[in-house]
Amino acid sequence: MLQGWVVIVCSFAYLGVLFAIAYYGDKRADAGRSIIANPYIYSLSLAVYCTTWTFYGSVGRAASTGIGFLPIYLGPTLMAALWWFVMLRIIRISKVNRITSIADFIASRYGKSQLLGGLVTVIAVIGIIPYISLQLKAVSNSFVILLQYPQVASPSALGEVPILSDSAFYIAMLLAAFTILFGTRHLDATERHEGMVAAIAFESVVKLVAFLAVGAFVTFGMYNGFGDIFSRAAGIPKLDALLTLGGQAGTYGTWAALTFVSMLSIMFLPRQFQIAVVENVNENHLAKAIWLFPLYLLAINIFVLPIAFGGLMHFPEGTVDADTFVLTLPMAERQPALALLVFIGGLSAATGMVIVETIALSTMVCNDLVMPALLRMRSLRLNERPDLSGLLLGIRRWAIAIILLLGYFYFRLAGEAYALVSIGLISFAAVAQFAPAIIGGIFWKNATRSGAFAGLTAGFLVWAYTLLLPSFSRSGWLPMSFIEEGLFGIALLKPLQLFGLEGMDQIAHCLFWSMLANIGCYVWGSLMSRPSVMETSQASAFVDVFKRTVEGGSTLWRGSASVDDLFSLVSRFLGPSKAARAFGDFAQRHGARSFRDLPANAALVHFAETQLAGAIGSASARVMVSSAVKEEPLGLEEVMNILDEASQVIAYSHKLEQKSRELEEATTELRTANERLKELDRMKDDFISTVTHELRTPLTSIRAFSEILLEDPKTDLAQRKKFLGIIVKETERLTRLINQVLDLAKLESGKAEWHSTELSLREVVEDAVAATSQLFKDKGVAVETALPSEVPLVVADRDRLMQVIINLLSNAVKFCPSREGRVRIRLSKERGDLRVDVEDNGPGIDPEHHEAIFDKFRQVGDMLTDKPQGTGLGLPISRQIVGHFGGRMWVESARGKGATFSFTLPLPIPAVGGSA
Amino acid sequence: MQKSSIRGQRLVALFLIGFLLFNYPLLFLFNSGGTVFGIPLLYAYIFGAWGGLIALMALVVEKGR
Repeated sequence: MLQGWVVIVCSFAYLGVLFAIAYYGDKRADAGRSIIANPYIYSLSLAVYCTTWTFYGSVGRAASTGIGFLPIYLGPTLMAALWWFVMLRIIRISKVNRITSIADFIASRYGKSQLLGGLVTVIAVIGIIPYISLQLKAVSNSFVILLQYPQVASPSALGEVPILSDSAFYIAMLLAAFTILFGTRHLDATERHEGMVAAIAFESVVKLVAFLAVGAFVTFGMYNGFGDIFSRAAGIPKLDALLTLGGQAGTYGTWAALTFVSMLSIMFLPRQFQIAVVENVNENHLAKAIWLFPLYLLAINIFVLPIAFGGLMHFPEGTVDADTFVLTLPMAERQPALALLVFIGGLSAATGMVIVETIALSTMVCNDLVMPALLRMRSLRLNERPDLSGLLLGIRRWAIAIILLLGYFYFRLAGEAYALVSIGLISFAAVAQFAPAIIGGIFWKNATRSGAFAGLTAGFLVWAYTLLLPSFSRSGWLPMSFIEEGLFGIALLKPLQLFGLEGMDQIAHCLFWSMLANIGCYVWGSLMSRPSVMETSQASAFVDVFKRTVEGGSTLWRGSASVDDLFSLVSRFLGPSKAARAFGDFAQRHGARSFRDLPANAALVHFAETQLAGAIGSASARVMVSSAVKEEPLGLEEVMNILDEASQVIAYSHKLEQKSRELEEATTELRTANERLKELDRMKDDFISTVTHELRTPLTSIRAFSEILLEDPKTDLAQRKKFLGIIVKETERLTRLINQVLDLAKLESGKAEWHSTELSLREVVEDAVAATSQLFKDKGVAVETALPSEVPLVVADRDRLMQVIINLLSNAVKFCPSREGRVRIRLSKERGDLRVDVEDNGPGIDPEHHEAIFDKFRQVGDMLTDKPQGTGLGLPISRQIVGHFGGRMWVESARGKGATFSFTLPLPIPAVGGSA
Repeated sequence: MQKSSIRGQRLVALFLIGFLLFNYPLLFLFNSGGTVFGIPLLYAYIFGAWGGLIALMALVVEKGR
């Protein structure tokens, strides 16, 4: 049923779908309606991290080390948490400087050094080749195995085949052709490939679905869920050992080393850099990817252990390679459709990796290795060619083909000696060598080119000696004695136990020595050398990227140039139409109608250089631009001055910003204070006019009666007595009013005198009742008291409290009906307070006036008919007094139901005189 | 910028937590036999801690929006 042609047709159909997606993505990008401009596509495309290593290799690794396959995914999860600090910075730097690859990044940081760019490219190509060969091995193995369906056989059992009948060779060439079609159809100054990213995101979905499908089939179809598989495995001693770490499953040291190396790989693998940095549409997409990408890793790893154990239990030991369990389990269960889906999933994983990786590498090879060399060869007269964009594309296409061929040869050479994961780890350790130069470069200004060069070289050499060469040895290309006896038979130089270091596995061993050499040389070299002018300015541009504006690099240039020279230079590499568009945009941004009207100043030169940097790398761009314009070299001191000035300006503007913010705050404060003052002023005016009004009422009546008495001497005695009585009463009222106004003024200004002592509130209440007894008698109002015999003491001013209670009592009397009136005064203890209630059976107060009666001069009642019965200051004063002692005063009442005025006084915290 | 710097610091804290969870001393505690709902203890611990860490990262990232 699964004949060869079915598999091949399906594979081509799948590649066709990918191509269609990429084509559609490019079309949409050209139309300005990007389909990849969202964080979900960005996160999915980052999952290009999961290659056939994950798809086939994880199960193989799990079959021999249990959970030991997992650090490769835990590392990236941890690193994702640091992306906000590290990756965001790298993305910003790359966007500002038009950086298109990791080699370009390092070269640009260390003074646009062509040498460094070339070195990084060489390391990357050599380091990644094993990784590419891993993909070829996985795809060709799965293809060969699938062709045997329904028989399960291992490909190594089929024997050696010559190159021309080796499926891996054709797969390599097919992938090369596919990648060339995919990634190098046209030249873009930013090296962005929207269609490719869309296809990669699609592939990430396919491989996840395929893996989950086979995982679910094994876990729930062949066995009864996770618990069943693990409990059966626990019954077999050999498998039981895989359930924990240690011994067979590797040590904690290996675990930590793998976590560390994968943390670095997720940042510095050329394809991860391409997807995460170069293809990034919007920095903000990174935020969601920080958790979505680890979530993808979690999802694709859930079924690895069940499949591994399922395979180990299903096949007799040693008959089937554990790296192929994902495919062979469905085949053994006669599930051709599922097996085909798995094959397509694996193909997805492989093509995704190969496409992005080789495109990234070909950009590096072209921009940082071949072009600088070609430009140096004067005999080629490249400087005179009108359009070089075709040449650039040609170089990239050849680079892709050659890289895949190299991958194929490594596979022929060393592929069978290692499991998939072990091959991949060789590459991981290689890219880890970039970490010191990049991380150091973005945080440490004093790092220099010499340091970076020394560190990279040392790290790379140690890596090659301890990992790459032994892999040649194992495959018979170098003698085995190299591993067993060391170089020239010197035991200290044994590549796997360098200087006698034993007890670590290969990867940890290589990482330790290479990082030691790399970081050591990097730091020492940086501290021992002096940076050049260009290095200093680039260091500042990289480290301070968040403090600078976009076109900040242009201040560091002095010289003369012509617009036409610059334009023709850029159009040679980008093609005339693209260059014209770019220059036109630039002119528009600077307010000129055509770019020919622009002044050939530093900004334009800088612009031309960044445009070129996108196409041929920053180092070559620097060389090209300096050949086209006349530059006056800046001295180191001048550069330092300019940078200093820039940082001073930045600091100054920060200060200015802060000052203006402070000023704003002060203004707001002043405004509110002013409002408050105005309010107070208005209240004072109101108060004075009310007071004057209140004073005039008694004065008017005093004056009226006095005039009557004066003008009419014949008034009889009774009448005269009555009038004089009124005058006396009104005068008393006047005195009381004036006293209260003065009192209130004192209270409000805080100038009142207080004589606080410990006193019994019960006694105060009794005294107040006694003092007002005459009032009650006069009006015929009954007064009841309910006072507990034991009352804790409070601290307060006796006279003031007396004033409050008398005020409340006299108010109560005033509003009680005569004869039937009844006033009840109650004292009680309530939690930490003493409470006094004065209840009357008068007309009551509407709830809406409950707060108003505590305002000055507010007397509730009909102003027209009722004669005011008091001064309107008693309650406000009482409230002030109670408030002063930390208590509060309020009223509870309803119309026609009487009123209860209450106040509380807090008891001292350690209850003085209490029951204790 | 203020908010984004706080977010960055929270993420670094999560990195440190994750680093502790997935390394020697804590890992050792769970590196023994026994099962949780039929899943070996070590596997259950690592996948559980991993999922928890991702959930916290999502919380930190999405909260600030």
